[in-house]
Amino acid sequence: MDTPQLIKVTIDGQEVHVPVGTTIMEAARQIGPDVAPPAMCYYKPLKGSGGKCRACLVKVSQGSEKDPRPMPKLVASCITGAQDGMVVENFTSPEVVEARKGVVEFLLLNHPLDCPVCDQAGECHLQDFAFENGVGTTRYEEERRTFEPENLGDNIQLHMNRCVLCYRCVYTADQITDKRVHGVMYRGDHAEISTYINNVIENDFSGNVIDVCPVGALTDKTYRFKSRVWFSKPVDAHRDCDKCCGKVNLWYKGDEVIRVTARKNQWGEVEDFICNSCRFDSKKTADWVIEGPTKVKRASVISANKYPKNEIKKPAFALDYAAHNFKKINDDRPYYKNLKEVKGSEDYKALMEQNAEFFPKETSKK
Amino acid sequence: MAKGIKILTEHINTPGIETFEVYKKSGGYAAVEKVIKKMTPEEVVEEVKKSGVRGRGGAGFPMGMKWSFLAKPEGVPRYLVCNADESEPGTFKDHFLMKSIPHLLIEGMIVSSFALGAHKSFIYVRGELMYVIRILEKAIEEAKAAGYLGKNILGSGYDLELVVQPGGGAYICGEETALLESLEGKRGNPRNKPPFPAVKGLYQSPTVVNNVESIANTPWIINNGGDAYAALGIGRSTGTKLISASGHIKNPGVYEIELGLPVEEFLYSDEFLGGIRDGHHLKAVVAGGSSVPILPANLFLKTANGEDRLMSYESLSDGGFASGTMLGSGGFIAMDETTCIVRNTWNFSRFYHHESCGQCSPCREGTGWMEKVLHRIEHGHGNMRDIDLLVDVAKKIEGNTICPLGDAAAWPVASAIRHFRDEFEWHVKYPKEATMKGAVYVKEEVLV
Repeated sequence: MDTPQLIKVTIDGQEVHVPVGTTIMEAARQIGPDVAPPAMCYYKPLKGSGGKCRACLVKVSQGSEKDPRPMPKLVASCITGAQDGMVVENFTSPEVVEARKGVVEFLLLNHPLDCPVCDQAGECHLQDFAFENGVGTTRYEEERRTFEPENLGDNIQLHMNRCVLCYRCVYTADQITDKRVHGVMYRGDHAEISTYINNVIENDFSGNVIDVCPVGALTDKTYRFKSRVWFSKPVDAHRDCDKCCGKVNLWYKGDEVIRVTARKNQWGEVEDFICNSCRFDSKKTADWVIEGPTKVKRASVISANKYPKNEIKKPAFALDYAAHNFKKINDDRPYYKNLKEVKGSEDYKALMEQNAEFFPKETSKK
Repeated sequence: MAKGIKILTEHINTPGIETFEVYKKSGGYAAVEKVIKKMTPEEVVEEVKKSGVRGRGGAGFPMGMKWSFLAKPEGVPRYLVCNADESEPGTFKDHFLMKSIPHLLIEGMIVSSFALGAHKSFIYVRGELMYVIRILEKAIEEAKAAGYLGKNILGSGYDLELVVQPGGGAYICGEETALLESLEGKRGNPRNKPPFPAVKGLYQSPTVVNNVESIANTPWIINNGGDAYAALGIGRSTGTKLISASGHIKNPGVYEIELGLPVEEFLYSDEFLGGIRDGHHLKAVVAGGSSVPILPANLFLKTANGEDRLMSYESLSDGGFASGTMLGSGGFIAMDETTCIVRNTWNFSRFYHHESCGQCSPCREGTGWMEKVLHRIEHGHGNMRDIDLLVDVAKKIEGNTICPLGDAAAWPVASAIRHFRDEFEWHVKYPKEATMKGAVYVKEEVLV
């Protein structure tokens, strides 16, 4: 006899048996990353998170065994409980794919897209989400929304322009630390993470807001502009800590520990929250017991240069294809051709003189 | 039943009706005495169920059904919350009701609280209406002094405390779960559903949230019986409804109509709106507050099948969103041919942009986007592809948000483009003419 507590859920044609009370998201994660819906705000270790970003919308084409009617709207899988006999369409439903494209577009509307200078680039959930589910262009022609910069203290850097308002850092401060000093202010598209008033986030576990942030809105100030993520090498390490579990990832650049973070599972969720003295104050190899290199997913950009050469299979067909197409590029682009002509013309010179204040003189260049 | 029956506004013109004595003299508080002395809570719920009264806040969900969903676990308090956070553009019926005849709401609250077994009930009033809050508080004091509120009401052993809570003036707090959050003293963000308030509402206890007008109907239902109420109206739209009429009509104001009244009679008879102002023609109508789809005049007066439209939930939504609209909260806005639909849509969109709570991404980003694009079209910087862009954005917001504000923001835009697309195109094609003061594109065949 089957154990009566387990219920059967079908997601994208794959069946899974889960305990009563499991959400669709958790059931899908049990099957594997191929069917798990993306999540920008849902964070399993944080109670009450989820439902806000709408990235995990799925279609329920059969409510349950007893009541097989489909749900009228797309539902957020992270907060919707699975029912026995439920049939869920995720990546197989064109409706869901279309809605998700919309969510990507909405999240990127006012995002500054400053990935080239963002410390989160390479481990950013928004990058992954947009790359996997979005389209490459935007239809937004208006000016992007910006916020006044705010100082949250010596350890945490806030870039409000990048924020997607997932509320994770608010839940973290509520559930991990004693006193929350930051929160969401204002409403609508002017809602922002902020403190009241110009306060500093300072307590033993405040650094965890950096780990939970899916984008580069909250980053490590001590690591700021030190390195790109994929140039540093993650190593598992631990130490005796009287405040936390002391299990961390050390990020090496050469022999130097440039950053300490909590360990994350395959969904990018922190396994154990760590304290600030581990994160910010113990940046010597001598402080730690090294366990060995962290396993990095092959698909992640962080894995660049971290696999031995004999393990890397070069995709020969792709290289051939690239080489073949490279030959086809015609570099007689009119711009290059005419540039000299244009620069020599009287009109150009007159224009440059008129606006001389905006252009440094060529002679001053070295 | 006699035509023109008034349930809520019967005594509204009696001088001094806002005082306890006059209200009592004109038959007030009889329902409280009846339920407390002669009825059980279950019987009251049964009467309301029989009446078929539907929620007057906009969604039109049957009130008796909502009451019967209320979970009743042992040892957990239950709450009744009255939603008086009326802030939909075009709707002002609750405001009018509360300031003119506050005791009707108080009486309804006592009856409803008794039916639900609530010992503490809240009236969440929109923060802008400070003077109405004072009127309500005075009415509560009077009712308390007369023994209809407080401990041991009329010697029956039933206690009820009534609290008036001012809101902070946010449209989103009219959404029931955001209202509960706000009432708990938190940021007014709508909650994820399920659990619904009937299971976990205020302070994680079972809660019923009802509109002012819905609750104000209960005393009459108790006095005259649910069947008498169900005999009014038409089909599943029973009883009467308050309509707050505004716009280019001769007699704007709040009207109580029996549901099923023909739209044409409501619009043109002197008893009601008195028709469109002289020398002008009706162009478009927003039938139920700014969030319902806008309809051109010809489609509003007759359905797509050529039948006469009636003021009822079913008739107004006849034809779905392709050629219908919704009764909503009864905010009736009539527009004549001097109204620019693009400007009007932009104005609505600006409102929803301003009032979005910013919790879920489609609504937070989408409302602002739509407003900016509409602003551009209205001011002569539009592009043909912007019109399709608006339709697409509206489609991507609709149904994908936590609360209905996303739908409410998307419907007016989508419907305006559906019915008045040529007007948008005219704005794009002839920006100079369109931005001239008072210039409006008029298509003769929509006018009535």
